Amino acid sequence: MSNARLETRIWALQRATAAVLAFCVFVHLGMIIYAVQDGLSAAEIISRISGNLAWLAFYAVFIVAVALHAPIGIRVILNEMTNLSRKQTHLIMAALCLIILVMGFRAIIGLYTAGAGA
Amino acid sequence: MTNTIKVSVWRGAEEGEFAQYEVPRQPSQTVLDVITYIQRHIDPTLSYRFACRVGVCGSCAMTVNGKPRWTCRTHVDKVALDGTLQVAPLRNLEVVKDLACDMTTFFDKMNRAEGKFHPTKSRDDDFDFVLPDDAKRKQASAGIECIGCGVCYAACDIVEWNKDYLGPAALNRAWTLVNDVRDGGNDERLAAVSGDAGCHACHSQQGCVEHCPKHISPTRAIAGLKRATVKAAIKGMLGGDD
Amino acid sequence: MKTGAHRNHPHYWAFLLHRGSGILLTLFLPAHFYVLGLAIEKTATMDGFLSWSATPLAKIAETALVILLAAHLTGGLRLMALEFFGTRESSKIAVCVGAGIALVTGLIFLLNGT
Repeated sequence: MSNARLETRIWALQRATAAVLAFCVFVHLGMIIYAVQDGLSAAEIISRISGNLAWLAFYAVFIVAVALHAPIGIRVILNEMTNLSRKQTHLIMAALCLIILVMGFRAIIGLYTAGAGA
Repeated sequence: MTNTIKVSVWRGAEEGEFAQYEVPRQPSQTVLDVITYIQRHIDPTLSYRFACRVGVCGSCAMTVNGKPRWTCRTHVDKVALDGTLQVAPLRNLEVVKDLACDMTTFFDKMNRAEGKFHPTKSRDDDFDFVLPDDAKRKQASAGIECIGCGVCYAACDIVEWNKDYLGPAALNRAWTLVNDVRDGGNDERLAAVSGDAGCHACHSQQGCVEHCPKHISPTRAIAGLKRATVKAAIKGMLGGDD
Repeated sequence: MKTGAHRNHPHYWAFLLHRGSGILLTLFLPAHFYVLGLAIEKTATMDGFLSWSATPLAKIAETALVILLAAHLTGGLRLMALEFFGTRESSKIAVCVGAGIALVTGLIFLLNGT
């Protein structure tokens, strides 16, 4: 007996996070292209993001959206292309979500607070 | 242009091999003509299906040079460009013998997708008036010409990768009924077509659209089902335990 | 046996690109966060890394990543357009336009950074 409602909601969440990410990626790509103009350095990245609440909020949204979007996408690929059980797939999804959240927030919070004591 | 064609035909069932035949070329020859020639003049043990042979029934669907098609509507001149042909049974279906497949799963999935009409009126009620330019009627009209030939099912990658996937034809049929205002079974139907085995498994590769001999777009029907099922899921319908 | 002939059309290639870029981006993401995380404690290491990233090989890799991201985005837009707006045969042209935009984005990145 398949769980139609839950699976449909997961699919809908995938599309919703995709819409959020479309906006985030436009901003991120635009910023990257602008930022690499005169070469890249840690100082430059920090100066842009440190203490800037807007960038923090933006990247927080970005990270949460990716942390949901990527595992759901990987789930589909695992179900179609491998013989892994549902449980194994869910474990991999959860692990991926956690990795993205932890590493992502560590990076953005680190950049936001960097240079604060300098 | 040579006056014979070299034809490679699948012989056996799931296990088997390609057998080679040489068939004389004729003007306006179709692949079905070629298969018929082989069975009548070369090897009477060859098994294959056909019925109308004029492109209305869909019985003669096979894999020709890797693509699922109606063999009665495939001209040899168009596909045997180097004088060779390869004919195999339809993909994604169990092979009974040679070029004939077991269509049971295909039709079972039509049922599982609730591709059947649920009446809401009795003989004592008045007729339903559905105008031809009604929006839902147009949606239904776009898909009702399906004759269940199985070509889209054979072309679909998701059917190949996901054994439970209902498939383009079953989902297209379900969508025509979702748009039938006389039908009363939409709650069960939307639940039946949701989830990993339903419309949400489709990635819109459109192999079905590419190959449908009636130029139906199951992808468009499936997109409609996606929208309808998401609305139902948000409303808390579709059944299932959270 | 002739296999894959039924997959030789634009929407299948678009799907393949979308899935492939998704997988590669997912694998890239932890590495990306790790490098950014270096800014916190190991600024010198990060600058060392960033000057490595100015080499031609790294530039090509970065351009490829930008293209992958843009490709995944345009592939996703194709999907959402089909699912929510129901486009038709002309969407094959949209696939090509999307691929073109992804490539151009990568080129702009490459040209801007060199």
